[in-house]
Amino acid sequence: MANPEPGPVLAAVGGRAVPAAARDLLRIVIVGHVDHGKSTLVGRIFHDTGLLPEGKLETIKAVCERRGMPFEWAFLMDALQAERDQGITIDTAQIWFKSAKRDYVIIDAPGHKEFLKNMITGAAASDAAVLVIDVHEGVKEQSRRHGYLLHLLGVRQVAVVCNKMDLVGFDEARFRAVGPEYAQYLASIGVTPTYIIPASARGGDNIAARSSAMPWYQGPTVIEALDRFQPTSAPTEQPLRFPIQDVYKFDDRRILAGRIESGVLRVGDRLMFSPSNQTARVASIEAWNAAVPMEAKAGQSVGITLDDQLFVERGEMASHEDNAPIETDVFCAQLFWLGRDPLKVGARYKCKLATAEFPVTVQSIERVISTTDLSRRDAVEVERNEVAEIVLRARKLVALDEFRSHTRTGRFVLIDKYDAAGGGIISIEGYADQRELVTVRSTNIVKVAHGITGEARAGRNGHKGGVLWFTGLSGAGKSTLAVELERRLFAKGYHVYVLDGDNVRSGLNANLGFSPEDRAENIRRVGEVAALFADAGIIVISSFISPYRSDRDRARRAAKDSFHEIYVKADLDTCERRDPKGLYRRARAGEIREFTGISSPYEAPDAHELEVDTAGADVEVCIERLMDYVRRTIPIAD
Amino acid sequence: MLSHLDNLESQSIFILREAYNRIDKIAMMWSLGKDSNVMVWLAKKAFLGHVPFPVMHIDTGKKFPEMYAFRARYAKEWGLNLILGDCPPVEQMDETLPPAARSAARKTAGLKAKIEELGFTGIIAGIRRDEEGTRAKERVFSPRGQTGEWNFRDQPPEFWDQFKTDFPPGTHVRIHPLLHWTELDIWRYVQREKIPLVELYYAKNGKRYRSLGDKDITSPIVSDAATIEEIIAELEVTKVAERSGRAMDHEAEDAFERLRADGYM
Repeated sequence: MANPEPGPVLAAVGGRAVPAAARDLLRIVIVGHVDHGKSTLVGRIFHDTGLLPEGKLETIKAVCERRGMPFEWAFLMDALQAERDQGITIDTAQIWFKSAKRDYVIIDAPGHKEFLKNMITGAAASDAAVLVIDVHEGVKEQSRRHGYLLHLLGVRQVAVVCNKMDLVGFDEARFRAVGPEYAQYLASIGVTPTYIIPASARGGDNIAARSSAMPWYQGPTVIEALDRFQPTSAPTEQPLRFPIQDVYKFDDRRILAGRIESGVLRVGDRLMFSPSNQTARVASIEAWNAAVPMEAKAGQSVGITLDDQLFVERGEMASHEDNAPIETDVFCAQLFWLGRDPLKVGARYKCKLATAEFPVTVQSIERVISTTDLSRRDAVEVERNEVAEIVLRARKLVALDEFRSHTRTGRFVLIDKYDAAGGGIISIEGYADQRELVTVRSTNIVKVAHGITGEARAGRNGHKGGVLWFTGLSGAGKSTLAVELERRLFAKGYHVYVLDGDNVRSGLNANLGFSPEDRAENIRRVGEVAALFADAGIIVISSFISPYRSDRDRARRAAKDSFHEIYVKADLDTCERRDPKGLYRRARAGEIREFTGISSPYEAPDAHELEVDTAGADVEVCIERLMDYVRRTIPIAD
Repeated sequence: MLSHLDNLESQSIFILREAYNRIDKIAMMWSLGKDSNVMVWLAKKAFLGHVPFPVMHIDTGKKFPEMYAFRARYAKEWGLNLILGDCPPVEQMDETLPPAARSAARKTAGLKAKIEELGFTGIIAGIRRDEEGTRAKERVFSPRGQTGEWNFRDQPPEFWDQFKTDFPPGTHVRIHPLLHWTELDIWRYVQREKIPLVELYYAKNGKRYRSLGDKDITSPIVSDAATIEEIIAELEVTKVAERSGRAMDHEAEDAFERLRADGYM
């Protein structure tokens, strides 16, 4: 269209249905493959709703004429000289418009792969998305990648516009071929497109007005579809999350400042601060030039004072005592990577989660996901613009949530050097909430000093106490080696005792199951018992899968210097072939859930004292290695 | 659910608090216009009655007398730590710029000099995305090079309210707490909060200023809107751009882009 005529005025300015002051605002992002007509769609929406600023049409015409090119709607949004010269959108832009129903911000996102970080910048801020597909060209690489990213960014309301219907003669069959294919892709990643609309942005078909060229289409126009979307609001009905942003002491008040990300906070509420696990009551909600509020809710930036002067810093997350966030030092994430350098296993990044910042190490890359066909592959690096599932480890416990239950506190950004290099959404599936493990409930504890020293005990026994902590997959040979080692050490005169998984679970830990939390508690108790044995001067051999590094580290802290982590190593195939208890067979058959190595993670040790490889050596060789190790590290007096 | 204005206010407070917590040495631009008054007001809300950083007026020496009177009164009334900066003469500006842009460039030069003198690493500025095309592409935390220039071709990603707060030494950052507001939002907020403004915004003898800059490169619009209510009603139906009275925006296709790339607000 070289010379567009003003189209029908949909939003009759001045005579609109909803009074302006009461109208809400919806943020819409326009995404899709490069050249599929995103910017043109935006230009057309403006033109057809009669909302183009005065003189804008003339300016665009002049700019096009100067360049000797046909009229180009994209120039409405592409404000940078470089964008106009190259005819592509480089960075996201925003423009305001109103329909009869409400106000909109339209965010035009670049479709070029090069500018994915800008697309994410635009899309992350939106309530809903319009995904534009050139019906003539069909679904392309960025159509799929953008769809996938919408899912990761938490944008759930999506309309698919099959654009350029004019180029295929408004052919229904062509629309029916492209639309459903793409809808199916979106459905497979958990995004249900609300509408699929055949349209021509250039000609204005099914944008603001119904197209006479496509009588076979009965669904909403683009504008009607936008009007049916709902604004997303901060979740008031969810449990309280109030990340502390800063602490102010401008006068005699000590004010904790921050934005409530979910839930409601009231004066008098008892708040729990994580991960420091302190509690205090809300004494007041502060305000300037306004009535003093008694409650504040999700979305509000507030300042509060407490009845107790806790030492609380930026990064702590306040909640109510029940429904507190998860505390963990390890978590899984679905991540998109924008970094200049690839993300690598073992690399360290700064993690920003709500207002907290802490270092994390990439423990593993589980798989890299192709956004084109959703295939998964193993990898040791995640390249720029790729999506992957990874496991991250922090050095201390951090407070977080799962994305599926708490959007705003269940996501994070990774910083590489100075730059935001990736974003991820959290799941801790297979990992334990460690809050219970570190919470000391007893009060008024006074430790009693022992009358007998460790040296005295070692003197009588002829050796010091110690914990030989065996870890490894089920079937790796832990029990076999433990029992044999116990026999040999006993024969040498050692005071030695085996703690075995199945035995402990019938007594000490009879009340625990196999959920991540129960497994963690199981190991916590065994670690504490083993530490007591060692303190009593005995050598304890503990034989537990103990799959989580956090749990083993906790056992190490309990036993201190007398802890020896021994990795009984055998690959999964070997263990599964041995299957001494028939457990792998049952796990594969789905009869056992959360089975380590099959449906639950095993985190191999990375700072262990000794490794015995039972797949590569027979029992006798392994026992010799173990005996040799004990002789060297825990010598016995003759 | 929070109202639209409540949401805007809360987001701006969040941004101001991030800036104050994460950036070493910050100052707020106070141009005396409606947007920067809203910004000072939001700072008082964010910090519960205090403005815990200096506010800076880069004075071209060519502002309206009403603006100077306003500055004197409210710097005192609002308890502001006011820093004044002056600007070099127009003769020292880039000769290839069109005349009004060249005049406006004085402000950038004055700002750069003040930043250097006082060692600020962050400047809070009240620009909005709806004002102008290149501003629409801005980030909330927008890094600048050593000489204050804006690299609009390679801006950092910004999502989930995690702003860029890590910088190599020598860079500084512009913080834009009003980026997501529109002109109408500003007026509705001024109305709700009863924020004082320079009277030039209200019509007298059939004319009013919609945007305030230097006397010689800013022109009033024809309007009878003498109250906030009338101004809001006028803006509800207008199709004329807010900055149409600001000469430097319109002299050449990329004049304003060049000004901004060089560090103009």
